[in-house]
Amino acid sequence: MSITLDHLTRRYGAVAAVDDLSATIPTGCFFTVLGPSGCGKSTLLRMIAGLEPVDKGRIVLAGRTVAEAGLHIPPEARGVGVVFQSYALWPHLDVLGNVAFPIETAGVPRRKARAEAAQHLESVALTGFADRRPADLSGGQRQRVALARCLASGARIVLMDEPLANLDPHLRAAMEEEMTAFHDRARATTLFITHDQREAMALSDLVAVMRAGRFEQVAAPQALHDCPANAFVAGFIGRGAIVPGEVTANKPGQAKVRLAPGLTVVARTGQHATGAVQVLLRPGDLAIDPSGQAARVASCAYRGDHWEARIALDGLSQTLVASLPHRADPGERLNVILNGGWVLPQK
Amino acid sequence: MPAPLREAPARWPGLRRITGEPVLLALIVLAAFALFVLPLGAIGRLAVSGTGGGPDAFVSAVNSRSVQRAFWHSLESAALSAVAATLVGGALALLIGLTDVRGRTALSFAILMLMMIPPHVTAIAWIQMLGPSSVLLQALNLAPAPGSTHPLYSREGVIGLLALQQVPLVYLTLRAALRALPRDLAEAARVNGAGPWRVLTRVVLPLLRPAVLAGFALAFVSALGNFGVPALLGIPGRYVTVPVLMWQRLASSGPSVLADMAVLATLIGAVAVAAVWAQMRLMRHASVALIGPPQQPLRLTLGRWRSPVELALWAVLAFAVVAPLLAMLATALVPTYGVPLRADTVTLRHFHEVILNQTVTARAFANSAALAVLAGLGVAALALAVGALSRGRLRGGARAVTTLAEVAYAVPGLVISVGFIIAFLRPLPGLGISLYGTHAIILGAYLSAFLAVGLKPVGVAFAVLDPALHEAARVSGAGFWRRLWRIDLPLIAPAAASGAVLVMLTAWNEVTLSSILWTRGTETLGTVIFNYEDGGYSTLSSAMSILSVAATLALMGLLHRLGRNLPPGIIPWRG
Repeated sequence: MSITLDHLTRRYGAVAAVDDLSATIPTGCFFTVLGPSGCGKSTLLRMIAGLEPVDKGRIVLAGRTVAEAGLHIPPEARGVGVVFQSYALWPHLDVLGNVAFPIETAGVPRRKARAEAAQHLESVALTGFADRRPADLSGGQRQRVALARCLASGARIVLMDEPLANLDPHLRAAMEEEMTAFHDRARATTLFITHDQREAMALSDLVAVMRAGRFEQVAAPQALHDCPANAFVAGFIGRGAIVPGEVTANKPGQAKVRLAPGLTVVARTGQHATGAVQVLLRPGDLAIDPSGQAARVASCAYRGDHWEARIALDGLSQTLVASLPHRADPGERLNVILNGGWVLPQK
Repeated sequence: MPAPLREAPARWPGLRRITGEPVLLALIVLAAFALFVLPLGAIGRLAVSGTGGGPDAFVSAVNSRSVQRAFWHSLESAALSAVAATLVGGALALLIGLTDVRGRTALSFAILMLMMIPPHVTAIAWIQMLGPSSVLLQALNLAPAPGSTHPLYSREGVIGLLALQQVPLVYLTLRAALRALPRDLAEAARVNGAGPWRVLTRVVLPLLRPAVLAGFALAFVSALGNFGVPALLGIPGRYVTVPVLMWQRLASSGPSVLADMAVLATLIGAVAVAAVWAQMRLMRHASVALIGPPQQPLRLTLGRWRSPVELALWAVLAFAVVAPLLAMLATALVPTYGVPLRADTVTLRHFHEVILNQTVTARAFANSAALAVLAGLGVAALALAVGALSRGRLRGGARAVTTLAEVAYAVPGLVISVGFIIAFLRPLPGLGISLYGTHAIILGAYLSAFLAVGLKPVGVAFAVLDPALHEAARVSGAGFWRRLWRIDLPLIAPAAASGAVLVMLTAWNEVTLSSILWTRGTETLGTVIFNYEDGGYSTLSSAMSILSVAATLALMGLLHRLGRNLPPGIIPWRG
């Protein structure tokens, strides 16, 4: 039940919403497409579902080509499940009717379909709500009905279009756990669309960072955070600063980089690095230490469990991001040592 | 629990493609061909190339004194009444839409009555109210001397009553525009120090200008096609408009003058279509001008002026809507026309006569009721089909049908019925029977002229529907017909039902289309009322009018109830 995208392109006038994109999503994977609004991630989902035509390229679902030049299998014949951002529950059907609908379309008589649907309602803990209308449910309950409907479709490929975006922040954390449970239960190949990196990090086996119709990087969440492929991914995921420097020494997996006169850092590398490079310094790479480089606090903001400060190191034109256990006033002096960093791959 | 593995339904996707939307589109195209292309095309063909048509016919029509006069009267009455309707309707829309007067829905309902009561009934009611035997004028000692010319039988009378009929059109257009106006535009002006008057003149009115022009164009086109008012007031007042001229020529000479009719229909139809085209361009301009979501509209507080303004509004509406109806009721209750209404003269004889004694009137009630119901159901079915197609890959076909329906709605009703006579006078090929003289030809004309009335609510309802509801059904594996039946129809049904009732109201009240399509046995309510009044039987025409207005009010009440759960913009007086 893998998804293969092969040189996929979709244009709106002169703009390519999805631009020559290729990727393979393995069976059973929870695959998240993460990107800013307008990057083409929803268009990509709609193309896989069959709700948008393909201009160029090919989509293969579980070994079956469903879209390419001159071929467009309609959505109703693709056998994929979709969870919509607005949940798309039919307001004129009760909860059980909503869940039973995909079972009916598979040719099961209505009464039998409703009995089968009741089991799926049970699996999302909504048994008592079978005869309610969607309008009478809370946001989280609607979300669970949408998941139950998706389960009921029996689809081995599930597409989710920002399903948590309409929920309150505190409800979102609870629903994230339900999403994981849902994925474990259905074991379906899941393509999850979001613009929220925290969500992507928490849920996914693999995350693709998307920009302007292309995947910038596809990797496991931690690899994405620690070893971003380029400056865009580094800036989009997590906090940190990118500083130019000069490689002065090399060994496999590591490079010694001079950032300023008298300021060097030993950073991780993915390839043999020489000459001018860019180094990503995350807050975790910085430590406050009296023996370190003198620095001045430029600004400071409270982030809930720590203070995040922008710090100007003497001799360095960029400010770095550090996390402090206490509040610091702008202008305050402190000393910083650099414990590590990541050398962005060279072109 | 792992979900049971279900095969993706790959059952003949190719076959599904052709048995879904294309079948429905083929049905719609067939209907559109019969309702729009055949009749309107028949007019064009006869006018341009038929015997008695061609360029010479156009030249001689344009040179004819009576045609010139009728055209001048049509343009003059339509333009002047549209100006008056724009002023009055605009003032009402601003007062009710922008201030904190109470009872807005009731006021809107009363204003809409001006439009819902058909022109010929309005004309009869006003003739009764301002005539020599008017109870009102006699009480004020203002009644014209018996035997003198009725003051409404004149150019001014025609224009005045036409204006009254078009007031609701302008009112509705401006209310909709006011509702779409972002409130913060006006609030920004107030924060910047502008008083209510300056907000009105510097912000609101300039933003409304396209809507005002659009309302004017709508009123112009509607007045141009009006038949009831100029026929009942203009014929005795020697003020004949083009629709009335066409009716007179057909009534006196029969179908032998069809080529002549086709030429006149082409000319007046072209004027109407040009006006609608201009109006649509203006509306498009208006819709791009505003940024920001519509909000709760502005409510200027009238303060101590509120009660006087409310009183004035209700007084004006009582005079314009209620008083004429009461005058008509008075006429229906006296034994003979001219007898004053007193306790000892009041009689229900005329109601008894039109309900029980006259076979023609009973038949007319039955015909109109059946035709109205069938037209309502037919339009609702067509509108649902067009709406369902309007979101799929065949939306071009749906758009073409919508445009045709709008053209048919815009051209004067007489043009549509002339088209139906020309197209369906000859026996149908294969069947050997002519539709002329049957109920079917009148029903066809209703479907053609009123489809646009039913398309609008369905279009609004589809537009506000979350497209994901439809897409969710697709990815759940539902094919076109299952989606239509299980998802689209139930969701759109309330709007379609409102459209059906609006069409029933229109068909129940119309006289223009059937005025030349009716024959013995297929009389409609409108034609019988019109013929009684035309023949001088004012008491009978008044009694029938009262009954038809009662039915109209009942239908409007039904519509009001239907509208409770509908998005705004579907029931005209709600929201």
